[in-house]
Amino acid sequence: MQLAVWTYEGPPHVGAMRVATAMKGLHYVLHAPQGDTYADLLFTMIERRGQRPPVTYTTFEARDLGKDTAQIFQDAAREAVTRFNPQAIIVGASCTAELIQDDPGGLAEAMGLSIPAIPLELPSYQRKEHWGAAETFYQIVRHLADKSVVREPREGRKARANILGPTALGFRHRDDLVEIRRILDTLGVEVNLVAPLGASPAEIARIGAADFNIVLYPEIADEASRWLEKNFAQPAVRTVPIGVGATRAFIAEVAELAGADPTPALGDTSSRMPWWSRSVDSTYLTGKRVFIFGDATHAAAAARIAREELGFEVCGLGCYNREFARVIRAEAAACGVEPLITDDHLVVEDAIAAACPELVLGTQMERHIAKRLGLPCAVISAPVHVQDFPARHSPQMGFEGANVIFDTWVHPLVMGLEEHLLTMFREDFEFADEHGASHLAAHSPKAVRAPALSEAPVADIPAPAAATAPAEGSLWTPEAERELKKIPFFVRGKARRNTEVYAAAEGIARIELETLYDAKAHYAR
Amino acid sequence: MSETALLDGCSADYAPPAGSPSRDARPVLRERGQREVFCGLTGIIWLHRKMQDAFFLVVGSRTCAHLLQSAAGVMIFAEPRFATAIMEERDLAGMADAQEELDRVVTRLLERRPDIKTLFLVGSCPSEVIKLDLAKAAQRLGAQYMPRVRILNYTGSGIETTFTQGEDTCLAALVPVMPQAEPNADKQLLIVGSLPDIVEDQFLRLFAELGIQNVGVLPARNSRDLPSLGANTRYILAQPFLAETAMALEDRGAKRIDAMFPFGAEGTSDWLAAAAREFGVDEATIERVLAPGRERANKALGKLRGELAGKRISFLPDSQLEVPLARFLQNELGMELVEVGTPYLHRAHMARELAHFADDVRLSEGQHVERQLDRVRADKPDITVCGLGLANPLEGEGFTTKWAIELVFSPIHGFDQAADLAELFARPLRRRDRLEV
Repeated sequence: MQLAVWTYEGPPHVGAMRVATAMKGLHYVLHAPQGDTYADLLFTMIERRGQRPPVTYTTFEARDLGKDTAQIFQDAAREAVTRFNPQAIIVGASCTAELIQDDPGGLAEAMGLSIPAIPLELPSYQRKEHWGAAETFYQIVRHLADKSVVREPREGRKARANILGPTALGFRHRDDLVEIRRILDTLGVEVNLVAPLGASPAEIARIGAADFNIVLYPEIADEASRWLEKNFAQPAVRTVPIGVGATRAFIAEVAELAGADPTPALGDTSSRMPWWSRSVDSTYLTGKRVFIFGDATHAAAAARIAREELGFEVCGLGCYNREFARVIRAEAAACGVEPLITDDHLVVEDAIAAACPELVLGTQMERHIAKRLGLPCAVISAPVHVQDFPARHSPQMGFEGANVIFDTWVHPLVMGLEEHLLTMFREDFEFADEHGASHLAAHSPKAVRAPALSEAPVADIPAPAAATAPAEGSLWTPEAERELKKIPFFVRGKARRNTEVYAAAEGIARIELETLYDAKAHYAR
Repeated sequence: MSETALLDGCSADYAPPAGSPSRDARPVLRERGQREVFCGLTGIIWLHRKMQDAFFLVVGSRTCAHLLQSAAGVMIFAEPRFATAIMEERDLAGMADAQEELDRVVTRLLERRPDIKTLFLVGSCPSEVIKLDLAKAAQRLGAQYMPRVRILNYTGSGIETTFTQGEDTCLAALVPVMPQAEPNADKQLLIVGSLPDIVEDQFLRLFAELGIQNVGVLPARNSRDLPSLGANTRYILAQPFLAETAMALEDRGAKRIDAMFPFGAEGTSDWLAAAAREFGVDEATIERVLAPGRERANKALGKLRGELAGKRISFLPDSQLEVPLARFLQNELGMELVEVGTPYLHRAHMARELAHFADDVRLSEGQHVERQLDRVRADKPDITVCGLGLANPLEGEGFTTKWAIELVFSPIHGFDQAADLAELFARPLRRRDRLEV
């Protein structure tokens, strides 16, 4: 048993719903008790979809258990097929139905439906949402791909690609797709199929007609793409084009497979991020300590962008999906930090508090952690929140995605000259650092409060590490402590930590004013 | 013949008027099919705020945790007093003893949260299906942690409870631990059902003005301050979904005061007056105490009547609040009831409400969501009350909706909230008229 307050991923059948909801002409018959229909609201409320997800739930009750829940399943399946007239159905069980072992796959097969009924085995007590989405997509492709499809010779036609991975309830999938289509268009590559988003079972049958696959979200499309590689000899582009560097690499990789000239796509004049980053006003971004946590794909991409494109220092990196931990381990090694692979948000909270970052890049969970710790934060990954479905175009991928990322990550920070002013005139009653950055919504003179780090919720289940931090103040002489408070809040945590590490290393028991400045000199870059 | 009469399932399943020949023995459309409702775990979202020293530990699956997060996460992301003990493969495969695992989780939780005075172990669909005995666990752990922590259990599973029934099973679990009142104790009034604190305080003030001294509430804000209970207890339901709690109270000798539910000027007057009469308060005093609130409510409602009168409304089953709310909208705002769907119809508790319904109101119990949506499309009501999973899709089809869950999360009982309640229905209509995009 695992004690959880909040979770990064839902159960695997929610992953299957994300695939089904993304597609057209597919229906999901889900053996599940009353109450599991809550999942509909993820799509209708968080994503604001104007249609119900194409899911029929059997919603059995306790009184049905002694009788024939299998019959309830078959009735529901038959009614769903008649009413919604899908081209294919996927069938499976949620966690409770898994326990009663009705075998929805076998039951559907026995019904002799005139359309394909694809059975899903999604072990709810072992696996989670992303795995469920990947497995569902793989089963759909495996069952529906027409193996007799033969690719025409490449001569005299454009190269064709499948774009694999975007689903319903994905983090900016809708907008990423627009950017990828734009790149392919510039390269003269035809899109054979986008799947699961917008694809019908009939279109999935034609998946083999593409020359290669583009795996946009490995969490969802990796397994299917490997099967396609084997069965249709379709190579895959696995570079995820998040960030300027990755977008350039992606363009080169696609151009190579398509036999196209990458120059026009690489020369996209709407790519502003490199210059924005080189512009002198961005100098203050240098070496900002950033803590990154999310799904492996977005977290790894964020780490690369942070280091190579914004000049940040990555002080923490992790992901919640163990299946893709390898990517994070490699990236963490490059950043010189210990990878944090966990789906326990309390562990992440402790790690963030301990790392004293100046910026947190994470999920909605980390946004709340950052809020509690008084740190600036930007959201980079699922699990999604209603705010992750902005009305405007807001991609993460491609050059425009990099532009969006620059804005999203930099705006929560205190900006260049303001940072200097706050440092110089610490005692200004109208412009002290407790007021936060002047361009942010929260800017209104606050009463002077205890440092944000001590505001961590003592009421929460665990006592976060940060809550105990100020108690170590006894290590500090009052004079040194006062001097520390003159350091702006966004670097104070780092200064405190560095000084304490330095003191410990030097065997200094009590931190004096001098120790603070010795440590500053020691850590000077 | 009406359009709906032609729809599958709309006429065929009409049950004949059952039981007593009383006025409310109207036909009920009983349906079996996909039920688009929350399970009882959802009640934790308001119960954990109501009972400030209680913690709710769901023993369930990742789905349970995800439900609480999805239903609650959009509303509260601050330190919740609930969590899920997520069962994993090893718990099910017998590699780990589930009871031992539960002990471990509870011990960890109670170590970290010394402020918890009552811990509810909440059963879920998977824990019920594998027959994990939470009563046994509560007893064992209770023996270990009493008197510091009282450990109780109830079920919020979807296979047994629908949405607000989770509060019912939770309160029913509290009844056996309510202290026994002295046999010769004074007559005591017990208000049953969790109310927003502000509403509860209003009612307590009114009962004090009526001269009823001895008033308890279930659930109490502090779960260790449970009121006493005995043969001299008269209880009045503030919420219409508390069938099991009522039975548990009756088992301990308490007697129910029959009344309408306290929605609107009429319902609130009836509710307060019924309690007052039970306690021998004279009519003049009742009138004197109730009149100001009733007049305020009527005055405030008057402003909204123009917007709502004549508007046709359909309720999809959700919280069991449907019947009394429909009565309020019909009687006090002049709305026309098309269909009133409820997950479960308690005829005895609803008798005084149903007596007000016009004869042609379609009453449905249970759900077959597809057929019900077919009826909505055929009926074309001005406003449809439904769950969050259905609201946007119906709006997408051009229907105006009111999400039902807001009715459970807003202060809507009593005189001074009557207009707020009406406003919840008026706002979607007003918004529809206002938007030009």
